[in-house]
Amino acid sequence: MTVQELPGAGASHRSTPPPAWRPRTDAAPLLPDPEPYRVLGTPAADRLDPELMRRCYAELVRGRRYNAQATALTRQGRLAVYPSTVGQEACEIAAAMVLEEQDWLFPSYRDTLAAVARGLDPVEALTLLRGDWHTGYDPRERRIAPLSTPLATQLPHAVGLAHAARLRGDDVVALAMVGDGGTSEGDFHEAMNFAAVWQAPVVFLVQNNGFAISVPLAKQTAAPTLAHKAVGYGMPGRLVDGNDIAAMHEVLSEAVRRARAGGGPTMIEAVTYRIEAHTNADDATRYRGDAEVEAWKAHDPIQLLERELTARGLLDEAGIQAAKDAAEEMAAALRDGMNAEPVLDPMDLFENVYAQQTGRLREQAAMLRAELDAAEQDAAEEEDPS
Amino acid sequence: MTTVAAKPTTTKPATMAQALNRAMRDAMAEDPTVHVMGEDVGALGGVFRITDGLAKEFGEDRCTDTPLAEAGILGAAVGMAMYGLRPVVEMQFDAFAYPAFEQLISHVAKMRNRTRGAMPLPITIRVPYGGGIGGVEHHSDSSEAYYVATPGLTVVTPATVEDAYGLLRASIASDDPVVFLEPKRLYWSKADWSPEAPAAVPGIGEALVRRTGTSATLITYGPSLPVCMEAAEAAREEGWDLEVVDLRSLVPFDEETVVASVRRTGRAVVVHESGGFGGPGAEIAARVTERCFHHLEAPVLRVTGFDIPYPPPMLEKHHLPGVDRILDTVARLQWEN
Repeated sequence: MTVQELPGAGASHRSTPPPAWRPRTDAAPLLPDPEPYRVLGTPAADRLDPELMRRCYAELVRGRRYNAQATALTRQGRLAVYPSTVGQEACEIAAAMVLEEQDWLFPSYRDTLAAVARGLDPVEALTLLRGDWHTGYDPRERRIAPLSTPLATQLPHAVGLAHAARLRGDDVVALAMVGDGGTSEGDFHEAMNFAAVWQAPVVFLVQNNGFAISVPLAKQTAAPTLAHKAVGYGMPGRLVDGNDIAAMHEVLSEAVRRARAGGGPTMIEAVTYRIEAHTNADDATRYRGDAEVEAWKAHDPIQLLERELTARGLLDEAGIQAAKDAAEEMAAALRDGMNAEPVLDPMDLFENVYAQQTGRLREQAAMLRAELDAAEQDAAEEEDPS
Repeated sequence: MTTVAAKPTTTKPATMAQALNRAMRDAMAEDPTVHVMGEDVGALGGVFRITDGLAKEFGEDRCTDTPLAEAGILGAAVGMAMYGLRPVVEMQFDAFAYPAFEQLISHVAKMRNRTRGAMPLPITIRVPYGGGIGGVEHHSDSSEAYYVATPGLTVVTPATVEDAYGLLRASIASDDPVVFLEPKRLYWSKADWSPEAPAAVPGIGEALVRRTGTSATLITYGPSLPVCMEAAEAAREEGWDLEVVDLRSLVPFDEETVVASVRRTGRAVVVHESGGFGGPGAEIAARVTERCFHHLEAPVLRVTGFDIPYPPPMLEKHHLPGVDRILDTVARLQWEN
């Protein structure tokens, strides 16, 4: 039975909509492009800013090297876990590059590279994943929120912060990052809705990298694209090739400009691919084939830009080598930093739970202090039995 | 953390609801970073009218009707606090706060700790809680056990008009997130009180002996305080002189006041509405036993709600600890081997 055949359908007594009804907003201008927006390899690339693109190239190469180094550190046991962004570097770099100093970045656990590209020390960025502390930097000083492990829960924070900044009359935009899996969480919905209702200066960047651990997008959503979801909230949705840094930079910049000018939030779906496994604990061969991975490797963000720039004479061998050298320098510093054993004070466990320590915590701190002192004394006696 | 001025010169009857409203008004007037937000807090003044008039007086930017989404409300408050505001969030009813639990537990409670003190979150989360008002399902939960089990949260609950004002001012002024549990069946309880010169009240983390006695200590808080006071009066006929301690603050827990009282009386009963198994009373009884073992004449007993989902309103009187159940339990303190 179709809708038209339902009893009562089309009956002459059907009422007209009540007088107060009207569409809240025209949906058409909010709809995403039918295909992911691209610049590299299209006529639009004629207008590229050579200086900006050379910076993008150097950052991409550095980002790839960062991913490789962090992955190696995981294999060496220096990091408890590292969720790689190999293949997604264009999204991470562009997100960091479009923000002004006063703006805020709200990364998810996978977005250490975006934090590093924003200027965070690579070692500080990795304390969460190394396990020596949860957040190794002052978020206010860096204007980078703590890396959020619970999915999408950082999105309402971005909305609240942007809203607060606007209430105070400050020129601040918040850019919040989330994955395709995160769009299924309730907090994604609530954040998008709050942002649109409040017209908060927020940009939501969804990196659709194909999988939420092992679950493919088709099992995550029935929406035409994730970008279409924006329309339901009353904000523009943009669909972009997430491996095309020129397109990413352009679309993100436009969204940031719009937010800054009081135009409200934008949601951007970057179509990309996670080349490596979810983390070192994941076996990606169980849920995807080599052919798919190889096809995406041929659409590599660094190669896309390198081809465009060399074809246009904007990048030469020396430029490529310089980017590689700078990346090696970063990797060496990261290795050194990570190979230095972190100095931990167990008594820190009781610090910063409350502004004023409770009696309960004072007691427990005293217990640990006594255990530590006893262990120290045992060690001393073992060394010098006299 | 004591908040306020000297004893009032003139007083008149005021309700707890009015005192809470006044606390927010005064805090907002004194500190432009204080923002009230939640569902229906604006034009309606909240379903219990606790935020009545705030939007009119301070504007919708300071007292904001949000979309109906508890995780979004608390999540947005986190971001606002990150930027230096002091959000005061209303969670309409106890059981409506559950969608916000992930924000509460994963972010609100931990932000100071995970950022090593760089990012404290001064958020006050007002939760009308408890039964006895004839509310239907999901409107009468006593959720305090969830909150007190979460490190990083301060949990307070007033039982008097003075405390409603004083504790809410102290909560808003606190640099830590505070779950402020409002006993909704005491919203309309009255006391002689002057909003112009509210009484000085002890701060967060200090319990009060509301009634001195010698035979046993009733340890309670929030909606059960008036019940315990009534039970203490009734117990005089039975020859029991009961002391009543109002905890006022569940975290931090004022162990010293409780322990001192029980050492004086030698007997203790903990009274609260929430279920007994894993409830705050279990923790309090354990602490009292550890610290007062040699002073105790009898085991520490508990009078709590049953370990059941909150019952329908026509049966709630059987569930809620009442005077008789408290007196029966006190009688059991006459311990004989």
